[in-house]
Amino acid sequence: MAGKYAVFVWGAYGASCIAFTWMILDTFIRSRAARRALERLEGAARSESDT
Amino acid sequence: MITVLANPHRFMAFSRWAAPILGVAAAGLIAWGLALGLAVPPDYQQGDTVRIMFVHVPAAWTAMLAYACLGGASFVSLVFRHAVADAAARAAAPLGAAFTAAALVTGSLWGKPMWGTWWAWGDSRLVSVLVLFLLFLGYLALRASIEDEAKAARAAEILALVGLVNLPVIKFSVDWWNTLHQGESIFRAGGPLIAPVYLWPLFLMGAGYSAAFGALLLVRTRTEIRRRRAVGLALRAAA
Repeated sequence: MAGKYAVFVWGAYGASCIAFTWMILDTFIRSRAARRALERLEGAARSESDT
Repeated sequence: MITVLANPHRFMAFSRWAAPILGVAAAGLIAWGLALGLAVPPDYQQGDTVRIMFVHVPAAWTAMLAYACLGGASFVSLVFRHAVADAAARAAAPLGAAFTAAALVTGSLWGKPMWGTWWAWGDSRLVSVLVLFLLFLGYLALRASIEDEAKAARAAEILALVGLVNLPVIKFSVDWWNTLHQGESIFRAGGPLIAPVYLWPLFLMGAGYSAAFGALLLVRTRTEIRRRRAVGLALRAAA
């Protein structure tokens, strides 16, 4: 598909796919790390206040 | 709306359901736009490279939207000291940089077969979009290089506000100067110059990219709010 311009057309779609993949992965990896860190600290703070 | 969402708890409650809705809408719109974009007939002048427009133009629109959000959030943070606005500004910058990079790369991949060159330093549209990319990187670098988070935020917010002047330059560069880049062909008096068969996939992709930016912005802002809570708790535990 895309004939003699295939390398440019699919190159552009590939570049867009890479940009989206990076944005989605980076967003969710950071989100999970922040949620776990907060849960751990909140847990520690709760157990400290209980004692 | 801004006042309501300035409260971190209300923002977390709002974004909890708004982010997935925007994400699903983005996936649907982009899938629909891609299906239409890959099915359109080749353009009589550009041939199949017209399909690059369906990923290049939405990326450029969303890059400008991201900078408008960065500038707006920076203004609200600087003037009203809203912590959520600062978190949103910080969340918008890497997304804006990614969309701008995508616009630059896909534009270059269209330029080579159509203009005969990957890049033209004398073209004001190309250079002003490159400046937009550097503004995003500058914002991120400034925030990362100053240890005091409050001082880093103030400095980066001022840079973001100064950079807002670049948005009208990008928009009107094709009218103000002679450029290799084609003139305004969509949002212009007298209607779009592009055939409707190409406009539909373009608008669907534009809406999909914007929704994707919105969804990712909300998730990243939530992450930033959580990170700040974690830093606060860690400091309290260490004290």
